[in-house]
Amino acid sequence: MAEKIKLELVTPYKQVLSEEVDEVTAPGTIGEFGVLPGHTSLLTTLKIGELVYKQGNQTFHVAVNWGYVEVEDDTMTVLVETAEPADEIDLERAKAALGRAEEALKQLDSEDKQFKVMECALERALIRVQVAGRKH
Amino acid sequence: MASLKDIKKRIGTVKNTRQITAAMKMVSAAKLRRAQEAVVAARPYADKLQEVLSNLAQRDSSDEHALLAERGKGKALVVLVTADRGLCGGFNTNISKTAEKFIRENPEGFENFDLLLVGRKGNEYLKRRAGMNIVKVHEHLVGSTQVTYPTAALLGQEVIELYRGGEYDAVFLIYNAFISVMAQDLTVRQLLPIQPGEVNEDEQVVDYIYEPNAGEVLEQILPKNVEVQIFRALLESVASEHGARMTAMDSASKNASEMIDKLTLKYNRARQAAITTELMEIISGAESIK
Repeated sequence: MAEKIKLELVTPYKQVLSEEVDEVTAPGTIGEFGVLPGHTSLLTTLKIGELVYKQGNQTFHVAVNWGYVEVEDDTMTVLVETAEPADEIDLERAKAALGRAEEALKQLDSEDKQFKVMECALERALIRVQVAGRKH
Repeated sequence: MASLKDIKKRIGTVKNTRQITAAMKMVSAAKLRRAQEAVVAARPYADKLQEVLSNLAQRDSSDEHALLAERGKGKALVVLVTADRGLCGGFNTNISKTAEKFIRENPEGFENFDLLLVGRKGNEYLKRRAGMNIVKVHEHLVGSTQVTYPTAALLGQEVIELYRGGEYDAVFLIYNAFISVMAQDLTVRQLLPIQPGEVNEDEQVVDYIYEPNAGEVLEQILPKNVEVQIFRALLESVASEHGARMTAMDSASKNASEMIDKLTLKYNRARQAAITTELMEIISGAESIK
């Protein structure tokens, strides 16, 4: 059994990560799941959430937004629309976005098309604030 | 023969032109670098997605999914990506001609074609051709601003909706793929139904665990693939456009320099001739006084 998993984190704009890691926890659509070396082949969708990976004693947090995970032969490929490592998130901006989304939600009807959009924005902002809070 | 003043004026004009073409070249070079970075950055995502898809195809033979299933040979949609602006050599003409040829030759044997155009220049070329049925033109998508993923996603969803609605039986994407500054590849690619790539029969494959289930994963991953392909096509086209413009402006600047050299030579000759004539006149005048 391999000791490490190769984690590849890719967005349409760039390849964010390509590293050997010990353990990954990802936000699957039907619940969070962990991946350790020797995991069986898996294909799943991700929701907005927090992806955590461990490298030795260090733990890293990344805010991710919609995507897929494929696990095969100890390679974990994560395709997401956006990915922001904890130390790249601007906490002030994230909080401002959170405030904006909350404001907009209050004014909108839940039938409105925009409601869903803003709900997603709110969720994204929440996660970003949460992830940014874990900065070391 | 042109007078001295005329030649001098022409040299001035050509110099002005050279200044403009040189400036455009510099601008394109700067834009090209950014566009090129974007293309290179986007490639891993598109490649990975393609990998996942072909892995999927090896395991799952679910032709049932709407975006995978082959349909009849009725109407097809051609999405053609050109630029909004000209002055980039044969860039727009070549790709428009490729699209026209593709439709006329019709290698897949479809009954008829509709065109969806991205970029103003393709429209300018194709609207005057017979038998080209343009249903929609998107301008300003590949204009001065950077191509963003959401724009491509919107276009992707539009195409998918048309396809799902049964309007078309296939969708093709025609664009300039970026190879290098000097070279573009005229690419014709089938966008829908999705072709998941080569299936390697010999390879032993373990079945995936799907979460939540195979159908739902496909339902999300297939439209995504369309969006990503369009996004990539737009990026490649923009990079190619800047590359083509840079090359075109480079040769234009070179031509201008050559012309200035020729004109300067002509100017100097004319000047010398004028001096000689003047001298002759003075000398003969002096002779006659003696």
